[in-house]
Amino acid sequence: MAQIRVEALDKSFGNFHAVKEASFSVEDGEFLCLLGPSGCGKTTTLRMIAGLELPTAGTIRLDGEDVTMNRASARDIAFVFQLFALYPHMNVRRNIGFPLKCEGIGAAEADRRVVEAARILRISHLLDRPVSGLAGGDRQRVALGRAIVRKPKCFLMDEPLGALDTEMREAMIRELRALHDRLGATTVYVTHDQLEAMAMADMIAVMNNGVVEQVATPRDIYDRPASLFVADFIGSPPMNFLPFRGSLEAGVQEIRLGEREVAIPAAREGLPESDLVLGVRPEHVRFADRGAVRGEIYGTEYLGTTQIVTVTTRYGALKARSPASVPFRTGENVGLDFRPDTLSIFDKASGRAIRTVLHEGGVHG
Amino acid sequence: MAEVEIRAVSKAFKKTQAVSDLSLTVGDGEFVALLGPTGAGKTTTLRLIAGLEMPDRGSIRIDGRDVTGDAPADRDVAFVFQQYSLYPHLTVFENMAFALRAPIRRVPEAEIRAKVREVARLLHIETKLDNKATQLSGGQMQRVAIGRALVRSPAIYLMDEPLSSLDAKLRGEMRLELKRIQTDLGATILYVTHDQTEAMTMASRIGVIEGGRLLQIGTPREIYENPINAHVAARLGQPAINLLPATLFAGAPRGAMTIGARTEHLTIARGGGDVQATVKRIEHLGDQSHLHLDLDGQPVVTLSDPEARLGAGDIVSLRLNKPLFFDADGGRVAA
Repeated sequence: MAQIRVEALDKSFGNFHAVKEASFSVEDGEFLCLLGPSGCGKTTTLRMIAGLELPTAGTIRLDGEDVTMNRASARDIAFVFQLFALYPHMNVRRNIGFPLKCEGIGAAEADRRVVEAARILRISHLLDRPVSGLAGGDRQRVALGRAIVRKPKCFLMDEPLGALDTEMREAMIRELRALHDRLGATTVYVTHDQLEAMAMADMIAVMNNGVVEQVATPRDIYDRPASLFVADFIGSPPMNFLPFRGSLEAGVQEIRLGEREVAIPAAREGLPESDLVLGVRPEHVRFADRGAVRGEIYGTEYLGTTQIVTVTTRYGALKARSPASVPFRTGENVGLDFRPDTLSIFDKASGRAIRTVLHEGGVHG
Repeated sequence: MAEVEIRAVSKAFKKTQAVSDLSLTVGDGEFVALLGPTGAGKTTTLRLIAGLEMPDRGSIRIDGRDVTGDAPADRDVAFVFQQYSLYPHLTVFENMAFALRAPIRRVPEAEIRAKVREVARLLHIETKLDNKATQLSGGQMQRVAIGRALVRSPAIYLMDEPLSSLDAKLRGEMRLELKRIQTDLGATILYVTHDQTEAMTMASRIGVIEGGRLLQIGTPREIYENPINAHVAARLGQPAINLLPATLFAGAPRGAMTIGARTEHLTIARGGGDVQATVKRIEHLGDQSHLHLDLDGQPVVTLSDPEARLGAGDIVSLRLNKPLFFDADGGRVAA
């Protein structure tokens, strides 16, 4: 297995700057998700690691070796596209064994490896079945088998679950992660789906407009977003943003929001008066009659255990997650409070998270 | 708007029974969601109402009139498909006005303009009316597709997973908007989805459909709190309901083989008690955190309380709080 290091990777297509000085590393056996909206450069980055695109600048190292200009076939990696691409005229055994045949591996060795891959994927009983009659999940397992059988240094996957419906996707998320735990193969996985990234990844690299905005564990990405973009992209519903104007001094533990003081995690840097944004996750909004912000209930979304309550305030519509057992009336006037130790502050102009006790150590760049 | 009634409708495609003896009434101004997995018969049901398929048995009534044998054009329904299919060479305005300009409708031009503007405003695309349809983002295109249906005032809107192609953030915004628009217009909607969040947050009633049969219909709260069987119970709720052997806890009623326990049915306390479980891990998902427990080898998943500060390896005690009970066949057993 292998470690991947991506250093200051740059890629332009004509005038379009697709990837801008992307740097991150994937440790041996680690599962890293490249996460971002469509057009953010995540697939281009993956294709450069695979050798399907050549970078405009920067280096890619596989186990320390500079492979930036190597052909794809010389990189010893397996690329998994949409998992459904199988050869319809071949049975499961021949589909899985196909890459080995291409590499000219002997029949006995190839068969041994196909049987081993099928065992890991728990599809041994399907080996002699045609792929055309298989259920969606089994087809995906066969496609994965084709990647596993080569015993590559690492797996690169491009939105492999994109085409599945919710239930199937959730089942495959658990299965892919369990498979990763069994194989321990270094994996780079591209997705625009935060649920996939949060549920599977050891590390997430969030990309936006060709820039890697943050590389961190799922927990840190969620609790300590490094930028407004990351805070907005992760979370469903996303983080609430309350714009305000103010200055900060290192060590202060409150900000002035309108006429009220709001407690925050202690600031670790000072800032002259500027446009700032207070960031609050919906689950950290509490209903309190004497709360710092007042508003009117706009609507509720019942989710069973919890509900999402939308409240119209002078800072815009804020969303709060509360137990479904609490009744709310549309139009009702309510007060809102925030859990102090969880709040983020951002500089509006740059989008950068201000360093606080909460963000210390979680901020990149 | 009008009431739509499906009476004992069945439809087979060769050997596949797509819809079996399905009866359903969508009341005037009601938003009903049909929730089920791929292949459950949801889309076929919509197509039967629209007249795009003919039932083998049963009848369909719109506003009290039997339309079973009528052509789609005579049924006064508007269909929003999963994949928006806009005319790429036309502007947003022209796309939305298209249905109103059909010769048989003879809507005056001034009325068309007023109607398109009103709907565009509801959908927050009023500034895009002069754009070519292809110059829009995916979310905007889907709004135009919905707008094309909304400019008409049909007996019923039939919507087939209209939000499934949108990303999570946009889907969340559109859910709230679509519900608001439906309420404002008093529109009758039958909405098909496999996404429980869409069904829970938008529908006045949810019909849970599986294998062509309607298993249960009721308000989101009724379906969630009072499911008729273990299958329906497992369709709603995130994390999914825990189905545990009844022998793990004392006090299950006679005939109960399985206990159905959701987050709100479990009281978790630090330290040992009557029933002990071990914390396996805490999974941080985008919107919430799941607490994974091991209870005598049975996995139990609940929403984790952020204040509880539990970690892997911690021992906790579990107490049940009015859970659901199911018999050997999965049917509900009264507590």
